[in-house]
Amino acid sequence: MLLIHCPYCEDDRPELEFANAGQAHVVRPSHMSEMSDEDFEGMFFIRDNPKGVNLERWRHIHGCGRFFNAVRHTVTDKFLKVYRAGEPRPTDAELAELLK
Amino acid sequence: MTSVAKLVRSIPLNGFRFATDAVTIEAASPAARLSIRATKRGVTSLSKSLGLTLPADPSKSSKKAGRHALWLGPDEWLVVDEKLAAEDLIPKRASREFSVVDVSHRNTAFIVSGDDAATALNAGCPRNLSLKAFPVGACSRTLFGKAEIILYRTGRTVFRVECWRSFAPYVRDLLCEGAKDVRN
Repeated sequence: MLLIHCPYCEDDRPELEFANAGQAHVVRPSHMSEMSDEDFEGMFFIRDNPKGVNLERWRHIHGCGRFFNAVRHTVTDKFLKVYRAGEPRPTDAELAELLK
Repeated sequence: MTSVAKLVRSIPLNGFRFATDAVTIEAASPAARLSIRATKRGVTSLSKSLGLTLPADPSKSSKKAGRHALWLGPDEWLVVDEKLAAEDLIPKRASREFSVVDVSHRNTAFIVSGDDAATALNAGCPRNLSLKAFPVGACSRTLFGKAEIILYRTGRTVFRVECWRSFAPYVRDLLCEGAKDVRN
């Protein structure tokens, strides 16, 4: 079983306590009604599906209940980094550093 | 004349007890329970009115004279009082800084004790329950089989398992199975 570090509980917890909550850092537009249909589709439905490093939201639903963000490698299933919701997206240089 | 029907409160699994050589599982006596969400300022005023500090650190608890405050999340706590009724615990004045909800009858609890209590719990709970990882006083919401529980270590070999009352028969059965496996 995977152990996932919760940045709020500050502890490694079994994966059963967690739920994946989709792609991280999807910005909701402030003027949705002015968007074209294509832009709306892109924002609302289309998600990355990378082979390699993926930035995801996770929720510690059977624990503290909090959402947080994680950098996970989709091939090895390794969690490279977890950080609290609201913290900035790691830069590409930081992501490259995590892969080393 | 109208007559008023009197409702009798039933306690799930009242008086339940199961024991093997190494593990004892008992239904806990009825208790008052409060679900608390609070801001930092709310924590200060609630700690004062409850008479015990709501812990700020993850997985920590505090206790005072039969009253326990369990950290569940960064702004969420469970308060359990084994003596008073919930009405006596709820602050008289409402505030925008906190919410206090009486969940006394939503939850029920088991006391799991004995040398192999942790092993019996591990039959359904994937957490590391060694004294180092989960010391006395540690508490956490987690899973026990398919049921969500709140696990609270009150002694080296004593755990309090809080679960929703509708899950109580399931938690009881799985706990007993875990206890039987230990014996073998």
